Amino acid sequence: MSGAATVDSRHRQLGLTDAEYQLIVEKLGREPNEVELAVFSLMWSEHCAYKHSKKLLRTLPTEGPAVVMGPGENAGAVDVGGGLAVAFKVESHNHPSAVEPFQGAATGVGGILRDVFAVGARPIAILDSLRFGELSSQRSRYLLDRAVAGIGHYGNSIGVATVGGDIYFEAPYEHNCLVNAMCLGIAPRERLVRSAAAGVGNHLVLLGALTGRDGIGGASVLASAELGEDEDKRPSVQIGDPFEEKKLLECCLELLDRGLLESLQDLGAAGLSSSSSEMASKGEVGIDIEVDRVPLREPGMEPFEVMVSESQERMLCVVEPARLDDVLAVCARWEVRATPIGSVTDTRRLRVIADGEVLGDMPVGALVDECPLYDLRPELPRVPVYRAPKRTLSQEAPAADALLALLRSPNVASKRWAFEQYDPIVGARTVRRPESADAAVLVLDHDGGEGALAVSIDGSGRRVACEPYTGTVEVVLECAANLACVGAEPLGLTNCLNFGNPEKPRVAWQLSESVRGLGDACRALGIPVVGGNVSLYNEGTEGPIYPTPIVGMVGRLLDPARAAPIGFAAEGDAIALLGPFAPELTGSELAKLWGLDLAPLHPVDLDAQRAALDLVRRGVREGLFRSAHDVSEGGLGCALAECCIEGRIGARIEYYRGAEIGKAPEPHMGWLFGEGPGGVIVSGAPESLQRLAAEAGDVPVLSLGEVGGDALVMAAGAARLSIPVEDLKTAHSQGIPDLLT
Amino acid sequence: MKFGVVRFPGSCDEVDALLACRQFGDAEILWHGDRDLRGADAVVIPGGFSYGDYLRAGAIARFSPVMEAVTEFAREGGPVLGICNGFQVLCEAHLLPGALLPNLGLRFLFRQVELMVENADTPFTRGCVRGDRLSIPVKHTTGRYYAPDRELDRLESAGQVVLRYAPGDNPNGALRDIAGVVNEGGNVMGLMPHPEHAVNALTGPTGGRALFESLAAAEPVPA
Repeated sequence: MSGAATVDSRHRQLGLTDAEYQLIVEKLGREPNEVELAVFSLMWSEHCAYKHSKKLLRTLPTEGPAVVMGPGENAGAVDVGGGLAVAFKVESHNHPSAVEPFQGAATGVGGILRDVFAVGARPIAILDSLRFGELSSQRSRYLLDRAVAGIGHYGNSIGVATVGGDIYFEAPYEHNCLVNAMCLGIAPRERLVRSAAAGVGNHLVLLGALTGRDGIGGASVLASAELGEDEDKRPSVQIGDPFEEKKLLECCLELLDRGLLESLQDLGAAGLSSSSSEMASKGEVGIDIEVDRVPLREPGMEPFEVMVSESQERMLCVVEPARLDDVLAVCARWEVRATPIGSVTDTRRLRVIADGEVLGDMPVGALVDECPLYDLRPELPRVPVYRAPKRTLSQEAPAADALLALLRSPNVASKRWAFEQYDPIVGARTVRRPESADAAVLVLDHDGGEGALAVSIDGSGRRVACEPYTGTVEVVLECAANLACVGAEPLGLTNCLNFGNPEKPRVAWQLSESVRGLGDACRALGIPVVGGNVSLYNEGTEGPIYPTPIVGMVGRLLDPARAAPIGFAAEGDAIALLGPFAPELTGSELAKLWGLDLAPLHPVDLDAQRAALDLVRRGVREGLFRSAHDVSEGGLGCALAECCIEGRIGARIEYYRGAEIGKAPEPHMGWLFGEGPGGVIVSGAPESLQRLAAEAGDVPVLSLGEVGGDALVMAAGAARLSIPVEDLKTAHSQGIPDLLT
Repeated sequence: MKFGVVRFPGSCDEVDALLACRQFGDAEILWHGDRDLRGADAVVIPGGFSYGDYLRAGAIARFSPVMEAVTEFAREGGPVLGICNGFQVLCEAHLLPGALLPNLGLRFLFRQVELMVENADTPFTRGCVRGDRLSIPVKHTTGRYYAPDRELDRLESAGQVVLRYAPGDNPNGALRDIAGVVNEGGNVMGLMPHPEHAVNALTGPTGGRALFESLAAAEPVPA
């Protein structure tokens, strides 16, 4: 049969293996037709089914006292007190952004916003984690420029504050940039909705934009395969319209406020196919979709195209017949298109209907829950996966030169160039703006009620590449330290695991070690994982990206006025280093500038780390510090410089580790610029820091010096390093702009 | 004093403006499709991207029903404050002179800027003294104030330039560093910076308070 042969070869084009195809035939009891094959190929893609990662993700801790919604819903949610819950999630939009960075990044933001308002929460903050190749590459400069513009375009226009994020530049991202967007929303706890469809006979109503041919196959062709250079995948990228989404957002929240909806779900990857089948699966019902009722952007679309289109700014809701008129009236007021396109049935099947004819009929269970899951075949790589970075700084360069070079290096330099293109204050909640504190701080209640939120997003791929387990533990610790510096205790965590092709043993090893580290760190710190996303196949002909688990962490603090800023505040304040900080050059930014190979990291004592974080948080909450900043890229030297730059004041630092500054590179260069978790620089009145030291127990507290003057002066014995704050600032602020012009 | 804050489809800072106004008086939201100002003593046209900034920032919003009522209210001397997108709407509606062009940098720009009060004899600035400096954030893509030279001369001599960016702080290339202007009657003001984001010490400098305080102290126009 020639027809069967055509369909048969189609499945491989759509990304299904022969075995998977046979399984589909078994589940259906016959060959799938075009519509069914299109739906299955998306629902069984890595992007929708997590077939290479689900088994690993099940090992993560997901329970905690504050958890309201865990993994599986559109977004996770935690209780933040006062009857409020915060919903949040991070998601990737990597491949679309590599193909078309402006729209790819913009729709990444649009998609994560919909995830959050789909659970009934009003989005209040966006954070972005971006990874590009080195800025010496014209392509990387182009991707950075357009991705940042795209994020700003969507977030600014829809009126949700972009309050933080991070950007790193490393050669392995050259052909596969990463664009991860996180959104945070707030809702009265009882208004949170789940996506399970319910009520046989209820209407299925499609809200929002017209359905077009954009984004067809986005989840399978783009997101679940390596990026080749042979095909033009631009048509698979969606186009965003933030104005449409702004109306949709306000409309959905009003519909929920008025109790008019049974359930709500956003349309993301795989469009109507995944949203309807997931709603049906969770509600243990069936759904009939009449594709001929879906409003189209262009005539002549095939039924399968309607089912898999990833046109943006659409939501699907379930409405009781008696409430349909009210729903349509609210939508009309917001000028949002609303069309009944089907109904809830008791068949447990997803049926696609046009003009009364059934074009597709699939068991919901087979679509959503019965995709085969694969075990990874991890193998410790015997040869290095990554080449050493290109050397850009001599190992003979004196400490002062190294500090300035580090401050200028794009991974350490100020990201102000990007942040200035985002609106960080809309919504009137932002207490700490980007780069003024280690975590963003947002008030919970506009009317002066108690408490505030802190949020941070992190993930240093290079350190994870050095050693996936320890590197991932460090990512969680970095996020937790950022929260501690503003006095927040973590309530929950979301993550996006960006890795290469998991079918390759070395990537499988990175992924499984990383997830093991994530789980161990979360258990040790008592932080539940409430949601996440996986982005695999991030590799091209040059090999995989650095393994990049991005972690977004949300915490609560009591008094936002006490959230410590980064900058030193007052002449004469004492400076101390808290925590079990044991700096090493391995995997550091300086090692990168020196062109050193990646090498394993030292193990981390999680109990000691936790004790230090508790101490920092306690000190901030008690108002003992006037500044707090954790030591990360560029080590102690860069962290101190940042405290000076932000505070516009100098510091005099004296320390003794048996080394002189300004002569031989080792070992004092390691002390100055080595990296590792567990170090927080605090400043405050001398008596406050003395009090803290007295109560520190086993947590190391090292006195470093005092705030004052207009230069950062570091002395050890006869050697001195002295750089005017103005020069530090110039290096730090001009690092990125100088590379872009 | 009762403030009415207009909400268009695509407005973003209307709740922020509402919260700011409530620190100084009563305030409520006015729906773009209504012609009723609900007894407001002052109207605020807030920031955001009304109608997605499609066609041109502010160009569609000016035709909404509520703007008919706002125009009439302004003609009768009622105070109207346009912030950012609101400034753009008021220029498009010809309630204010001049126009707002894309920033010289052609990018959206967020920045805390210093403003100088040029005219303290308006309902919006009477709580200030000429030369006062106010720290208020800007965030926009289309904020470069423009009018022909002769028009600018006329505005300056008539005292219609109310706020200027402090030297070195002009974020968008606005001609003559103009950040805010009033109409001839002095009762309609537009500015690119966001005073509603500068009223709460917890979230930043409070340079915007002076404008709201001045407005709240203004005499209501008899209906």
